[in-house]
Amino acid sequence: MSLKTAIRETYDGFKSLITGMRITAREAAKPTITVQYPHETLPMPDRFRGHVKLILDPATGQAKCNACGLCVRACPSNSLEVDGAKREGEKRKSVSKYELDFTTCSLCGCCVEACPSDAIEYSKEYNVVSRDRDDFAKMDIYKRLQAESEEWKKTHPTPPAPPAEAAPAATPTPATPVAATSSPAAAPVVAPAATPAKPATSAPVPAPAAASPAAPEQKPT
Amino acid sequence: MIDFLNLEPVRILLYLVAICAFVGANAAYLVLAERKGAGRIQRRPGPNEAGPAGILQPLADGIKLLAKQVMVPPGTDALLFRAAPLMVMAPPLMCLATIPFGDSIVAVNLNIGLLFVFSFGSINVMALMLGGWASRNKYAIISAARVVSQSVAYEIPMLLVVITMLMVTGTLDLSEVVKQQAGWFWHWNLFKVWVNPLMPVTFVIFFTCMLAETNRAPFDMAEAESELVAGAFTEYGGMGFGVFFMAEYANIVVGCCLATILFLGGWQSPIGALSGGLWGPVWFLGKMYALIFTVIWIRWTFPRTQFYSLLNLSWKILIPVSLGTLLLTGAMMKLMPFVFPSLH
Repeated sequence: MSLKTAIRETYDGFKSLITGMRITAREAAKPTITVQYPHETLPMPDRFRGHVKLILDPATGQAKCNACGLCVRACPSNSLEVDGAKREGEKRKSVSKYELDFTTCSLCGCCVEACPSDAIEYSKEYNVVSRDRDDFAKMDIYKRLQAESEEWKKTHPTPPAPPAEAAPAATPTPATPVAATSSPAAAPVVAPAATPAKPATSAPVPAPAAASPAAPEQKPT
Repeated sequence: MIDFLNLEPVRILLYLVAICAFVGANAAYLVLAERKGAGRIQRRPGPNEAGPAGILQPLADGIKLLAKQVMVPPGTDALLFRAAPLMVMAPPLMCLATIPFGDSIVAVNLNIGLLFVFSFGSINVMALMLGGWASRNKYAIISAARVVSQSVAYEIPMLLVVITMLMVTGTLDLSEVVKQQAGWFWHWNLFKVWVNPLMPVTFVIFFTCMLAETNRAPFDMAEAESELVAGAFTEYGGMGFGVFFMAEYANIVVGCCLATILFLGGWQSPIGALSGGLWGPVWFLGKMYALIFTVIWIRWTFPRTQFYSLLNLSWKILIPVSLGTLLLTGAMMKLMPFVFPSLH
């Protein structure tokens, strides 16, 4: 190696070092891109498939679902269990029970595709954790919708006129339609057990407790 | 009160405490600065959970290291094993005693300060070797051998550069070296190209050697934390390892202090004005920390070199070039007497 090439190589090497340092300096000047995970999360992408969820109708605050049962039939692994009831003052049937067995669900999406009224979609929930198997084996999608519905009522304190009639009418007497629908399907003894399908009352715990002893009394009359 | 402060024992005690605190605080917070710097370069925020913006992180690290048991593995030379961390920490503390931080802020103004710093700086190598040797671990010993060969290889160009500087300044007194660089920044030794046209190259050689001597990336063969276990400190845990780690940063501080004094005018102002009094330490620390951040910047820019190219760099490039600058400076001094009126 001649002296000339040695000097040339040293000079080139030094220049490349300076280039490298310029690159890192430029990167250091840019803003950081870390998402501080527990404090902030990224929005889930559109195609993310969480468990299915019922869509809330933003106009009424109720589920869009009318319990037609097509999703149940579309499901290749029989993971869905849907029941509907006709609420007072409403013409169409609406969902009263939507239970997903998430342990067998393969997130294939047949139910979402089958739905004629676009009433179900994938939720963006990915932090579904529980120590209880039943929280997945009997995932109560309807209860989640009701929680959403409660939220909707908070943001809509005075709903527009037509749903305003339906909403108060539905709240005091939801136990009776549920009991009425379950009675043809099952024996009257099961009627108190229908209380887990909690109605969207403001105080859910005392209300079914008061309703369940009353229900068998109502049956004979 | 002033008389009391001027009493010799009080003065010694004050400087002792101040130097220990300076080294401790620097070692702790340079680790944080290092991690923050690494984060910024990789577009992360770095540690930010402990306290606002992570400023309590060194405290948390310190408590964690202190809480760990200091293990002496069976069969080791227990005395040497325990002594090695002390020996690696002591030299930078000693060196800082002669570093002038300002016009009159120097613990001991030795007239052989430069010699003192280098003689104590060399103990670092021996301490690392002792740490590896006393561990009774074959990997630690191999790493220690690598450290020694690296340090020996880089001691030579560094001392050749220092001899060049010695010829230019004509003194070993660090305060005197700084005083010669008074005035504007072109009076700094770094820019004295009329004394030696290769002066900036000399500085680059000095800085490279300083990186290698303090075992910093891209020359961190001693530890090589991602490849070897922890090099010569394999068997150390808890605060034993912590002291080695702190000593690395203390050595960087000393190296950068020295580079500042020899090349960047120490506590002199770069613009002629704003010098004297409290401005001295401000300029000095500003230049020193700029160099330290360059060290951090270099670490997170370049990958670790291979060992043979490390030695090639020293023996084939740095040593010939530093010998060349030495000869050139000698020739300039002899042939151009008007540059060095003091010598004739």
